[in-house]
Amino acid sequence: MDTALLEQRFNEKIDRDVRIEPKDWMPDHYRKTLIRQISQHAHSEIVGMLPEANWITRAPSLRRKAAALAKVQDEAGHGLYLYSACETLGVERDDLLSDLHSGKAKYSSIFNYPTLSWADMGAIGWLVDGAAIMNQVPLCRASYGPYARAMVRVCKEESFHQRQGYEIMLTLSKGSEVQKKMAQDALNRWWWPSLMMFGPTDAESKHTEQSMRWGIKRFTNDELRQKFVDATVPQADLLGLTIPDKDLKWNEERGHYDFGAINWDEFFNVISGNGPCNKQRLDARNKAWEEGAWVREAANAYAEKKAKRKAA
Amino acid sequence: MNKNWPLWEVFIRSKAGLNHKHVGSLHAADAEMAIQNARDVYTRRNEGVSIWVVESKHITASDPEDADQMYEPAKDKVYRHPTFYNLPDELKHM
Ligand SMILES: [Fe+2]
Ligand SMILES: [Fe+2]
Repeated sequence: MDTALLEQRFNEKIDRDVRIEPKDWMPDHYRKTLIRQISQHAHSEIVGMLPEANWITRAPSLRRKAAALAKVQDEAGHGLYLYSACETLGVERDDLLSDLHSGKAKYSSIFNYPTLSWADMGAIGWLVDGAAIMNQVPLCRASYGPYARAMVRVCKEESFHQRQGYEIMLTLSKGSEVQKKMAQDALNRWWWPSLMMFGPTDAESKHTEQSMRWGIKRFTNDELRQKFVDATVPQADLLGLTIPDKDLKWNEERGHYDFGAINWDEFFNVISGNGPCNKQRLDARNKAWEEGAWVREAANAYAEKKAKRKAA
Repeated sequence: MNKNWPLWEVFIRSKAGLNHKHVGSLHAADAEMAIQNARDVYTRRNEGVSIWVVESKHITASDPEDADQMYEPAKDKVYRHPTFYNLPDELKHM
């Protein structure tokens, strides 16, 4: 069959909202875009473990520690679901990882910020996982089957992440003056980077139109960012905390909150490797990979030995 | 020596009485490790009571290009369905 006809069939499927599965014909550009999008997403889950892992041993109670451990373990799981989904497109896991480790691949800019206090665990769960949920829920209907299915699993698990974060913020904001200050300080530092998680403005974002056409993006960056702001402002009010944006106000006419200008220079600076923790994150990943090499080799050697013994 | 762990497909029975269902894949050095990893990756919230793993290379799949000739012939055989047969209304429960 010639490519034009295949492409026409593919587009018809997309229009009818029929999922594309791994062995189906797909345009090369669709495959490449998905590989980039899914692997970036997987890398974000994996690198996303690092800022929080920092606090597991410092959690203020056993209850908090158990939750932090479970959350970080979930993020590892999310990375694994997504790497498997990505591999169905014909790439090798090790190649994806080596792109991450060399710094060639991107991951969410948010994880290049430091976690300075326990309140950051609250702010991350509430805001960062909250923003991730905004992004991920529509992707449960993504046109690529394995990706959509992975997102369904991820979304089911994310809800607890956000709730445990908000609970931390709630406890702190109802606590002593020092605790309340800690919570406000965390909100101050995480608010703007969380808004940046949705990516550049629609005017700036190169891939949006094609990705919407292909059903691998369901809302634009600005639409999602607005949804996030609208959902989060009342939550901050409930905590009695102040969102660090003097331009933030309800716009009756639009039926949405207006908010101030985002510092895009900061965003592009962090994305291109110059955030406060980019180096630390990549070093940690590389160290884990290198120091785990003997484990991967030993497991292979053991498997081979067992297989030989079985054959004998 | 740098050999990647092979890829395994994971099937999970969510509760007794139901089929094992494909849930995704993972890498492991051998079958035993694949089961252990599947437990950690796919059943952190009581999603299963039984796990099957099979190395991905052992799965043979039909070609989506053949879908027409494979499944089309079933479409015009409406007489395989109970509603094809006209029976009087007085006849209840059949
Ligand atoms: Fe996640
Ligand atoms: Fe999460």
